[in-house]
Amino acid sequence: MAGFGNFTHAIVRAIPGSFATGALRTENLEEVDPNRALREKKAYVAVLRELGLEVLELPADESMPDCVFVEDCAVVCGDTALLTRPGAPSRRGEVEEMKTALTNLSLNVVEMTDETATLDGGDVLFTGAEFFVGLSKRTNQRGAEILADTFKDYAVSTVPVSHGLHLKSFCSMAGPGLIAIGSSQTAQRALKTMQQLSDHKYDKLTVPDDAAANCVYINMPGKGHILLHVTPEQFPESAKVFEKLKDYTLIPVSNLENVKVDGALSCCLVLANKLARV
Amino acid sequence: MVCGVEFWVAEEVGSEPEVKKEPEKSPEEQEAEQQTNPSESAPNGDAEPQPAPDNAENAEAEPAPSDPLSTPSPDGQKKEKGISRFLPPWLKRQKSNSQAEPRDGHAPTDTPTQPPTQEELEDGQEEEGPKGEGTAVQPTGGAQEVQSGEEESPVANAETQPVKQKEGEEWAPESGVPSALKLGKKMKITVCHVTLLDGTQFPCEVEKRAKGQYLFSKVCEHLNLLEKDYFGLSFKDNTDQRCWLDPTKEIKHQIHNSQWQFAFSVKFYPPDPSQLTEDITRYLLCLQLRQDISLGRLPCSFVTHALLGSYTLQAELGDYDPDQHRSDYIAQFHFAPTQTKELEVKLAELHKSHKGMTPAQADIQFLENAKKLSMYGVDLHHAKDSEGVDIMLGVCANGLLIYKDRLRINRFAWPKILKISYKRCNFYIKIRPGETEQFESTVGFKLPNHRAAKRIWKVCVEHHTFFRLTSPEQPVKSKFLTLGSRFRYSGRTQAQTRQASALIHRSPPDFQRTSSKRSARSLDGAPVVSVSDHTHPLVSTHAAGPGENGRDSALELYSDSKSPQVEEGAEPGKGAATAVPAEPASETWKAADDSSELKSLEEELTSLFLSKACFSGLMDPCSTSVAPPESTLAAVSEKSPTRLESALSDSRDISKSTEDDQSSGLNGQPEVIEVVEETVVIEEVVRVARPQSSAPETAATEPALEGKDEGSASSDSESEEEAEYHPQLSGSAHLIREDPEEEEQEVGLNQEAPPAALKPCIIREDVTDEAAATAANMAEPADAQQQEGEVLVIPEKAPNGHTHDSEAPPTLFDEEEEPSFVNGDVSHVEGEHAPQVICCSEPPVVKTEMVTISDTFSAQKAEITTKEVPIVHTETKTITYEAAQLDGSGDVEPGVLMTAHTITSESLCTTTTTHITKTLKGGLSETRIEKRIVITGDSDIDHDQALAQAIKEAKEQHPDMSVTRVVVHKETDLAEEDE
Repeated sequence: MAGFGNFTHAIVRAIPGSFATGALRTENLEEVDPNRALREKKAYVAVLRELGLEVLELPADESMPDCVFVEDCAVVCGDTALLTRPGAPSRRGEVEEMKTALTNLSLNVVEMTDETATLDGGDVLFTGAEFFVGLSKRTNQRGAEILADTFKDYAVSTVPVSHGLHLKSFCSMAGPGLIAIGSSQTAQRALKTMQQLSDHKYDKLTVPDDAAANCVYINMPGKGHILLHVTPEQFPESAKVFEKLKDYTLIPVSNLENVKVDGALSCCLVLANKLARV
Repeated sequence: MVCGVEFWVAEEVGSEPEVKKEPEKSPEEQEAEQQTNPSESAPNGDAEPQPAPDNAENAEAEPAPSDPLSTPSPDGQKKEKGISRFLPPWLKRQKSNSQAEPRDGHAPTDTPTQPPTQEELEDGQEEEGPKGEGTAVQPTGGAQEVQSGEEESPVANAETQPVKQKEGEEWAPESGVPSALKLGKKMKITVCHVTLLDGTQFPCEVEKRAKGQYLFSKVCEHLNLLEKDYFGLSFKDNTDQRCWLDPTKEIKHQIHNSQWQFAFSVKFYPPDPSQLTEDITRYLLCLQLRQDISLGRLPCSFVTHALLGSYTLQAELGDYDPDQHRSDYIAQFHFAPTQTKELEVKLAELHKSHKGMTPAQADIQFLENAKKLSMYGVDLHHAKDSEGVDIMLGVCANGLLIYKDRLRINRFAWPKILKISYKRCNFYIKIRPGETEQFESTVGFKLPNHRAAKRIWKVCVEHHTFFRLTSPEQPVKSKFLTLGSRFRYSGRTQAQTRQASALIHRSPPDFQRTSSKRSARSLDGAPVVSVSDHTHPLVSTHAAGPGENGRDSALELYSDSKSPQVEEGAEPGKGAATAVPAEPASETWKAADDSSELKSLEEELTSLFLSKACFSGLMDPCSTSVAPPESTLAAVSEKSPTRLESALSDSRDISKSTEDDQSSGLNGQPEVIEVVEETVVIEEVVRVARPQSSAPETAATEPALEGKDEGSASSDSESEEEAEYHPQLSGSAHLIREDPEEEEQEVGLNQEAPPAALKPCIIREDVTDEAAATAANMAEPADAQQQEGEVLVIPEKAPNGHTHDSEAPPTLFDEEEEPSFVNGDVSHVEGEHAPQVICCSEPPVVKTEMVTISDTFSAQKAEITTKEVPIVHTETKTITYEAAQLDGSGDVEPGVLMTAHTITSESLCTTTTTHITKTLKGGLSETRIEKRIVITGDSDIDHDQALAQAIKEAKEQHPDMSVTRVVVHKETDLAEEDE
């Protein structure tokens, strides 16, 4: 897993005006505050730039309220990028813009052309040694198979996601070999499944809130472990867990608005390493 | 090979026609043989020198077989006759064909052809060999020439030969004389062609009786390889499946009909190649991986293809040289299944970056990258889950992986696996209960056929032992009978080989790296390895003192091979005769204590959501609810040293279990390799009023769980072999420990090998009254110990006025009758088994069994699904003969089961199980006797003879009854046996 978390580029996308009202949501929570959403987004991008990543911000498309969640459109690993076929039909168009961006990064871009396949990037957890793909409302077996065909070097294991939107709605990688995981039954069950399926051993970082388990790990040269995680204001107990991490540069990022439409921290960006090419 | 013959003895009439037919067929057969023979004979020149001695020996030998086994010899003749008489033409034909085939196959390979082939056929009986030599001399029929020599007997049909063989085998052990004779006699040499990893051929002469170990040693010597435990020799069986050559067994027994063509390859992929001691070992591993990659067996991405290929270039060509390496220099290599120009460009680019890297360093880099590939070292097997969905089972260093369309859907690490077993074409693993689970669960998979099931079982046993144990299990001497395969890995474990290789102190051997392109292109290419071929010298030595390799092996084999077979086959009765220790795993290495490395495995992983299939299993009466019973048993017994697990039903099982128990108690780990190869089931059904009536199928669904298993195995007469392997042995220090618990639980190895039962007429019904009896049926075979009392019952049963043979197992020698246990007893398992178990298989030859298989993907599915999978023995040939008269009986009418008795007798090679059922239907009582004769043994055994004798005896014993049906069920487990 050497080199895990090494990235040079971050791809994000602007928030369309239709976001507040048009974004898909699994739960009917409170209304999204468009202005605060913009502010949070701006801060988010600023953090990425601060870290030294080259941030590519794609233009918003008003016809695609969810386009800000670029993570679902592509899975990038090494020199290869798999363009997904999002499970929500309304989001399929989001991939086009992503394709252009990835191609410009000279990545080996693979498209998912199978009409029966669906895959959301939010269901794909890459640990550095293998993939776990959540079989959810948005991702099916066929989509996982195509991912396996695309990244042949790695084991691809499927994990049923019975509740929640995505696999990464309750987990993510918080470091090399470190899985952040929520406390819900769904999350814990998924973790067990992943442990069973894996030849590798992982440490786990259990946080009280499932949503807080989604964080963004980056390992920048010269800056060591960097972790973008939830703020104490939003998830006080979970934030305490992150704060116990040693040797990390911890960056709390506010995500109050996106979470209303199932948007987690990792949802808004695609990370790539242009130097990853052999 | 498993031959199952099921006979329903209804009438003799049926048999007669057969007899008549035989002569006709025989000529055909002979012809076939002849045809084959010529090819063989031609090469004989080599063999000739031997013949003379052989002949002399032969003369001796011939008498010998008969003499030592006074009974047998006559029997043999009688048998032949009987066989011919009784056996339907088809049977004959098939047999003959089968024989012919082997010859053909061998012929090409074997220079010394005839003798070898014959021997092969005969399974290493020396007697045969001599005969074979003699054969040329005594051509009875033109066609018979070759064979006749072997057979000597005028009959000289293919059939006859087998018969003799069988006799020889069967009897030989007892008499012991034959073996001695054998020893002295022949040394026939044949040439093995071994394809090395660089694509070159290594011809190696070996004595025909040589064990796999000998050939393997020669190859390693040729390669100058010391760290050889990671490697093995494989061959393709007649179904074109790759099988590993068992070093402890004679080669010819394993390859059967196949040619003496082998491939040297990596058997255990070291998870960390950097820990290998010598560069040459790594080089060979690289060659294997390059092959795996270029053939697509080891999938990898474009980038990885390029990277690995570039290291290959560096290792084989050295630094990139613009003058020498033109643009197309890479095109000559074959790196990927589909090699694009783009890839070649990338390769060249990367190749340039490796400048200064030595070949050894390049190999190391190659391996460091290759080992990370997810499919590195994963041995894939096609299978279906309980729902019939196609999946792949991958056996690797850490355990068993389950794939569906390239996606990993489940994984069972060795520490999670309590038992590995197979039965027929099903492969089962029993899973340790998870944290939140109270019960073990058993997951079943359906393999394409029985052989495939056995193959993966063996691979699992070997991988578990190699990677997870510090030392192989000690072979346990079989006390009595053993069912199922006792196969165990007998080589060094990874821990041991590492220790051994740490002691290697030699200057690194020089070896020449072959160019991938060259090897790929020309197979004929000169052997790359610098080491000179020792073959010729060796050969000579062999000839002179074959005793070492061949001989010894032969001798040992004898005991081994036969004994194991016997054991296995012996399910029920063998105990007596068998005594032969099945401990094939001769090589026991020092146990190493290294627990360290392997430990790290995932003990932690809690059990997933495997549901317990057990319960669900109950559903199907007929089905063998393997899982449930076992699990239950296991649960109960686990800690108790002795478990009788499945044993209940099958006497065999029982015996095994008993053995196992004992063994476990002693050693804790039986390493024995057993092969149950052939099972002949003869069932005789005597029906007075309504023949068929006997078994109402239905009934005993639940109670019968165990019964089912047992019953199915024993009574059903399924010839298939079953075997279990408990990865964790109790108290075994060997285990590289991860979980202390495991060890404890591991305790019992049970092998349930209810090989015998073939399908047809198993009768299991619940008899209200006779629960006991039924129980007996089920258990019958199982308890060798208790046996005797019950047996007798049978004769009595014939209320109808028909007498039943008390000794159903006519053919067999010793008959041990075992009282059946009540199911409940045996299986501690939920005592539910009401005696009622009954499977009725009726006349139809193909029996379908319901097997309960818990869902494979339990992890993903919270629930385990239990399904009934009808199992059809596809892999086997089944021939059914039914007397016309009986036809009517075909209907199964539910009747009242009055009594049911099962008697099992065993001889060395044969196990006879007799079920006597008395059914009352509509005022008529019907007595049906089913005899199942399971002939176990190498291909050597003459099934025909055994069959004939069985039929004959059956008739003699039950004069008043008629043979209703004869079913010959022949399973070719050949590969398995030796494998």
